Amino acid sequence: MSSEEVKKYVLDIIADVAPDEELDGLKASESLRDQLDLDSMDFLDIVMELRKRHKVEVPSEDYGQLATLNSCVEYLTPKFA
Amino acid sequence: MTNKYDAIIIGAGMSGLAAGIRLAMYDKKVVILEKHSIAGGLNSYYARRIKASKEIINFDVGLHALTNFANKGERRRPFTKLLKQLRIPYDDFKLKEQTFSLIKFKSAALKFSNDFELMRSEIATVFPQQVDQFDKLVNYLVEYNETDLKATYISTRSVLETYLSDDLLKEMIIAPLLIYGSAWEEDMDFSQFVIMFKSIYLEGFSRPVGGVRTIIELLIDKYQSVGGELRFKAPVSQIKADTHVKGVYLADGEFLESQKIFSSAGLPETFSLLNEAESLKSDIGKMSFTESIIVTQNKQAIQNYKATIVFYNESDKYLYRKPDTLIDTSSAVFCLPDNYELENKDGNGTARITYMANYDLWKKLSKAEYLAQKENVYHQANKLTQKILGQKVDCIFKDVFSPTTIERYTGHFSGTVYGATKKTRDGQTSIPGLYIIGTDQGFLGIVGSMLSGISMSNLYGLMES
Ligand SMILES: Cc1cc2nc3c(=O)[nH]c(=O)nc-3n(C[C@H](O)[C@H](O)[C@H](O)COP(=O)(O)OP(=O)(O)OC[C@H]3O[C@@H](n4cnc5c(N)ncnc54)[C@H](O)[C@@H]3O)c2cc1C
Repeated sequence: MSSEEVKKYVLDIIADVAPDEELDGLKASESLRDQLDLDSMDFLDIVMELRKRHKVEVPSEDYGQLATLNSCVEYLTPKFA
Repeated sequence: MTNKYDAIIIGAGMSGLAAGIRLAMYDKKVVILEKHSIAGGLNSYYARRIKASKEIINFDVGLHALTNFANKGERRRPFTKLLKQLRIPYDDFKLKEQTFSLIKFKSAALKFSNDFELMRSEIATVFPQQVDQFDKLVNYLVEYNETDLKATYISTRSVLETYLSDDLLKEMIIAPLLIYGSAWEEDMDFSQFVIMFKSIYLEGFSRPVGGVRTIIELLIDKYQSVGGELRFKAPVSQIKADTHVKGVYLADGEFLESQKIFSSAGLPETFSLLNEAESLKSDIGKMSFTESIIVTQNKQAIQNYKATIVFYNESDKYLYRKPDTLIDTSSAVFCLPDNYELENKDGNGTARITYMANYDLWKKLSKAEYLAQKENVYHQANKLTQKILGQKVDCIFKDVFSPTTIERYTGHFSGTVYGATKKTRDGQTSIPGLYIIGTDQGFLGIVGSMLSGISMSNLYGLMES
């Protein structure tokens, strides 16, 4: 799976988890938490949606890998393979 | 069909329904077991026909106010987080804001609304010497981490002492927060105080159109749409456990198997299902109440009064404790649900009056005495209504709940409304797999108990698997 596709999956999930957020101007290399109103509960939802939709597991010690959109893609792409 | 579940939830109150939604949303096989034929628990509803007008009115058992008001899309608010977690759109709650509320003591009154500036300016006017210190207190509260699951009991009065020197102001600030959520007499745990201060003074009150029924129906619809199973008239009579929970027995003998049980029945109540009640009897909360509902045809008198809720106290010292008499009429919460937004066309002329009450004394009454005492509570409540509204109002419908009514309908020992004084906080019990949600986990009220259900199911139902 290409990193572009993984990025789209992640953005789709964020749009559902945080429906009031504007995702258009999101900077891929900056912290998601700082740009969006996401807290630990929302990150849990992102992880749960990855499992539910794509059967991708993110163990809790790896939650830090989801800090930015770029780090998400980098960390998740091999898992989608 | 197998009776094996990923999780079993005891109770279809606010916390149980919220927990159920989270678990079912992520494909857990979950069942909610509720002993009654309707949901809502301490905040359910019922319908009555009013003879005079032939109308059928839905009454809320509890709902005075939904705390934690947030505007649509407002960030970092508990209510916004709750909606996100449950995936329920803001507009579905159909919230109407309070006009303003009043803390009315013998020698002073303070107004507050969903705009915190009103309360601050009232304090600046009535207690000019204290307002700088009040600002410092508010700054401290805003920064405080009140949801820390490891927090231990700190006395609120001792903290207030270090900020404010005026006794009357201290009493007036703490009174609404005690009666809207303290399981402890006289004082309250400081983190609970901070939660309540934010949810009532900094965020504020609203009410859904249709009352609590609107909330309950939203929760049930959501739960069922994500595949959750809900069983009414299904009282759990025993929890089976050895070194870990195994499941529950229903009153009719049926066994349901699960390695995870989330109970909203209360901490001592849950342990009684394990036949270990004795060891926890001392922790049963002492605070219970009577609630009187009065409907008048004189809706204008209510609208003219404008205020939504009055925290009324006859003296300047606020006594928050189990009274030595059936009820304590020296203070009351007086709520006018019609006054959520002025010119509320849906108003039906209701006043609700809450008094602190003594469960043991109510429990001892014979049937005849009980009915007579309920009538007396109504008379007291009616007198107070006339006094506050400043005019005589007719009454076309009345109803009174006592601490024994609360016990009968919710199963909470001693009719306790705010639960045990010992909160489990992290939700864990001495038995692996058995978790406490709702009131006795430490987050209470309608919003608080939903957040409790969400956070405990996240922690032990989703993250741990
Ligand atoms: C008169 C009154 C007024 C109130 N006003 C307000 C207000 O204005 N605003 C506010 O925010 N809060 C208010 N509250 C408080 C609020 O209602 C509660 O804090 C909240 O509803 C608690 O929810 P819960 O899920 O923790 O517990 P509960 O609502 O007690 O839910 C527990 C459920 O478990 C069920 N159950 C118990 N034992 C068993 C068993 N063995 N088997 C199966 N089912 C079982 C019960 O029937 C119940 O449905 C009020 C409460 C009362 C009584």
